[in-house]
Amino acid sequence: MEPLMAIGIGLLYATAIFLMLRRSIVKLVIGLMLLSNAANLLIFTTAGMTRGAPPLIPKGMTAPIGEVADPLPQAVVLTAIVIAFGVLAFAVVLIRRAYEIVKADDLDKMKDTDT
Amino acid sequence: MIQLAVLLGFVLAAASPLLHRWCGDRTSSVLALFPALLAVWLLLQAPTVVADGAMLLEWAWVPSLSISLSFLLDGLSLLFGLLITGIGACVLVYAGEYLKGHPDLPRFHIALMAFMASMLGLVMADGLLTLFVFWELTSITSYLLIGFNHSDVEARKSARQGLFVTVGGGLALMAGLTLLGVVSGSWSLHEIGELDIDLREHALYTPMLICLLLGAFTKSAQFPFHFWLPNAMAAPTPVSAYLHSATMVKAGIYLLARLQPELGGTELWVNTLTLVGGVTMFTGAFMAIQFTNIKKLLAYSTIMALGTLTLLLGIGTQGAIVAFVGFLLAHSLYKGALFMVAGILDHETGTKDVTVMGGLRPLMPITAGVALLAALSLAGVPPLLGFIGKELMFESVLGASRFRGFLIVLAFAAAFLMIAVAAVVALRPFYGKRHQTPRVPHEAPLAMLIGPALLAGLSLILGVAPSLLTGLVSSTVSAVVGEPVEAYLSLWHGVNLPLVMSVVSLGLGYWLFRHWDRVRGKLLLLAPIMRNGPEAGYEAIMAAFVRFSEWQTRLLQNGYMRNYILVMLLTLIGLVGTSLLVRHSPIIAFEFDVRFHEAVVVGTMAMGALFAAIARSRLGAVVSVGAMGFSIAMIFILFSAPDLGITQLLVETLTVILLVLVLFRLPRFSNLSTSLERIRDGLVAATVGILICLLILTAWSIQQFEPISGYMVENSVPLGHGLNIVNVILVDYRALDTLGEMFVLALAAIGVIAMLKLRHDASPPSVTEGKKTAAKEPYDG
Repeated sequence: MEPLMAIGIGLLYATAIFLMLRRSIVKLVIGLMLLSNAANLLIFTTAGMTRGAPPLIPKGMTAPIGEVADPLPQAVVLTAIVIAFGVLAFAVVLIRRAYEIVKADDLDKMKDTDT
Repeated sequence: MIQLAVLLGFVLAAASPLLHRWCGDRTSSVLALFPALLAVWLLLQAPTVVADGAMLLEWAWVPSLSISLSFLLDGLSLLFGLLITGIGACVLVYAGEYLKGHPDLPRFHIALMAFMASMLGLVMADGLLTLFVFWELTSITSYLLIGFNHSDVEARKSARQGLFVTVGGGLALMAGLTLLGVVSGSWSLHEIGELDIDLREHALYTPMLICLLLGAFTKSAQFPFHFWLPNAMAAPTPVSAYLHSATMVKAGIYLLARLQPELGGTELWVNTLTLVGGVTMFTGAFMAIQFTNIKKLLAYSTIMALGTLTLLLGIGTQGAIVAFVGFLLAHSLYKGALFMVAGILDHETGTKDVTVMGGLRPLMPITAGVALLAALSLAGVPPLLGFIGKELMFESVLGASRFRGFLIVLAFAAAFLMIAVAAVVALRPFYGKRHQTPRVPHEAPLAMLIGPALLAGLSLILGVAPSLLTGLVSSTVSAVVGEPVEAYLSLWHGVNLPLVMSVVSLGLGYWLFRHWDRVRGKLLLLAPIMRNGPEAGYEAIMAAFVRFSEWQTRLLQNGYMRNYILVMLLTLIGLVGTSLLVRHSPIIAFEFDVRFHEAVVVGTMAMGALFAAIARSRLGAVVSVGAMGFSIAMIFILFSAPDLGITQLLVETLTVILLVLVLFRLPRFSNLSTSLERIRDGLVAATVGILICLLILTAWSIQQFEPISGYMVENSVPLGHGLNIVNVILVDYRALDTLGEMFVLALAAIGVIAMLKLRHDASPPSVTEGKKTAAKEPYDG
C-alpha cells in the first residue's frame, strides 16, 4: 500500500507547490491547504499503514489484542489537522481583508507596506 | 587576586556613570586610583617574579571546555602590566582635565576602564581562549574610543576601519590559536611552554604561524596593515596616548614575544618578522616627516617603533631581546608623554598643525620642558632611556644573521628620520616666531602636566640609572627567550659603531629638521603613489563587499514571495536530492498489496488534487479540494485511525463551508503568469513531488530506532486510565503540545475576529465564531 500512497503524496506535494507558486492569491491559499494535507499523510504513511487494527483497548483489559497501528503518529497528525485548520481560517480572512483594502489579487502588487 | 582586579576593572567601567554622578569632574582622578594601586601591587610582586620566575594564578572558568581564567605573571606580563596600569593612571588624570565638562565623559570612562581591564587580562591570560576573548575586547573598546566623537563622519569611518582590520586579524588569530591548541594538545600557555615536542617540526606549523602572525600584524599596525593606526588618531588625544601608542597596539608585539620561545627561530619566523618589521619601521619613519599634523606625525613614529620591535623579535638573539625590552619600555614612556604634550598643544592653541605654532615656550615653559625631555628620548640622545634603546637596536641590527645590509640601511634611515620628527615636535611649537593661533595659549593645568612630566621624568631617571631595571629586564628577557638568563641595560657602551651611527644620525636628523619645510614640499610629489597604498586596497575590498551584498540582497530579498519559495525549493531539491541519491539508492519495495476500494480512494484523492490545481473557477477548486479532503478521511478510517478520520471529516466540512461563505468576497481566479512561467513552476513542482515520493519509499524501508509508542500502548490503561490510546497521548503524554495547540487556535480566532470586527466601517459579523469551538471537539471523544 505504501508505494501507492507515496505516489499519491508526491502528487499532492507537486500540485500544492504548483499552486503556491501562482501569483493569484486565492490559488496560494488552496495550495496551502493541499500542502498541509500532504504533510499529514506523509507522517501517517511513513509510520507504516495497518489495516483494521485501531489503537483501542477493549473494555476491562489493560492492553490491546494483537498488533495495533502505531498511535503516536496519529496523535501528531491529529494535532496538525486542527492547527492547519486554524491557520487556514486565519489566512482566508486575512486575504479577504487584504483584498478589500488593496483591491489586488496579484501577489506581485502587494510588495509595499503602504496602500 | 589579579583576576579579581581585572573583573573589578569591568565593574568599575560599569559603575563609572554612577561615580560620575557623585564625583563630577573628579571622577577621572578617582578612577585613576584603581590602576595606580594596581601598579603598586604589581611592583610589590616584582621581587617575587624576578626571584622565582613565572607565577601561575589558577582559576577554572569553564572546566568542561578546558577554558580557564588562569593568569600567568612572569617578567613579560609584569612589564606590560606595569605599563598598562602606570600609563593608565597618568592618562586617566590627564583625560579628566582634557575632556572636562564634555557631556559624554561618563561614556568615555566606561570604554577606557573596560579597555584597561581587557588589556590587563590580555597580557596576563594563561589560557589561549581567554587571551583571545580579551584580545577581541580590546578591539571593541578601541572601536568605541576611536569613534568617541561619533557625530564626526571621519571618526566613525576611522573607528570602523580600525575595527575591521583588527577584528579581521582577530579571526585569523582565532584560527591560529585553535591550531596551536590542537597541535600542542594544551590550551594553556605555560603548559605549552613546558611541552617536550617541538612545535616547529609539526606539519601544521606553517599555517598556524601565518594565522598567528596575521593577528599580531593587524593589531600592531605592521605594514601593509599599518594604515588604520594614523586614522585612529580621530580619537581624543588621551586615547591616542594610551591605546594607540603605549598599550593596545603593542598587543600584537606581546603575542609575538610570548610565542617566541615555542614558535620562534625558524626560517619563516626570522624572515617574515625581520622583513615586515624592517619595512614597517622605515615606512613609519618616512611617512611621519610628511605630516604637519602633530598627532599624525606621532602616529607614524609609533608605527616606526612597532616595526622596530617586530624586527628585534625577528632577529631573536639574546642581545636583540634585551634591545626589544629596552626599546619597548623607552617607547611607551616617551610616546605616552609626547602624545599628552600634543594634546596640551591642541587643547591650548586650538590647532594640531605644528607649522602654525611657534614661540610658545615663554607661555608654557613646563610643557616645553616635558616635550624636550620626551623628544630627546625619542631622538635617542644620552642620558635618556631612548638612547639605550637605540644603541641596543643598532647593535642587534649589526649582528643580524639575515638581510644585514638591508636592515642596517633601513634602521639608520629610520633613526635619523625619527630625530627630525623629535625635533619638529619638541622645537617647532616652542621656539621661533610666535604665530597667531585659534586660541590664546596658557600653561596647561596641573592635572594635564602630571602624567607627561612623570613619564618624561622616568625616561630620564631610568636612563641615568638603568640598573634600577635589571631585575625586570632579566625576567622579561628570560620569559621571551624561554630560559632563565641574566640581562641588564647600561647607558655607556664605549665608543663603538652604534655610537658612531647615533652621532651621525643626530647630525643628519638636525639637518633634516632645518630643511623640513622644503623636503616636505618635495615629498608632496609622491602623493599620487601614496594614494595607491594599502589603504586604497582596503577601500576597494570594502566597496566590493558592499556591491556584493547589494547584488545578493537584490537577488534573494526581492520582495516576490514566489521567488522566495522557489529559492527554498531549489535548495531543498539540491541538498535533499543529492544526499538521497548519494547516501541511499532509493529502495523501492514493490509489494503492491493494494485492494480495489483502497485504490479507488487514493485515486479520488489524487484526482481532487489535480483538478484543484488546474480548475478555472474558484468553486471548482473548492469542490476538488473537498473531494480530496474526504478521500483522505476515508484513508484514515481504512487504515486504523478512526480518530483522525472523524477529525478530518469535521475539519473538511468546516473548511468547505468557510471557503464557500467567504469565496464570493474573494477575488476571482485569474491567470497572471505566462505559459513559460507555468512550465517552469510545473517542472519545479514535479521534481519536488518525485523527490518526496522517493523520500517516503526510502524512509519507509529504514528503521533506525525502536518506536517509542510501545511504552504508550502498555501504559495507556495503567497510567493514563484511557482505552483510546491516541486520546491518552493527546491529553496525557503530550498534554503540553495540546495546550500549545489550543493557544494557536485561540490566537487564530482572536486574529480572525480582530480582522473582521475591528474596523471603521461596519460589516456583517462573520462565520468564524462557530469554527474554533467545533475544531476542538475531536478531543472530547
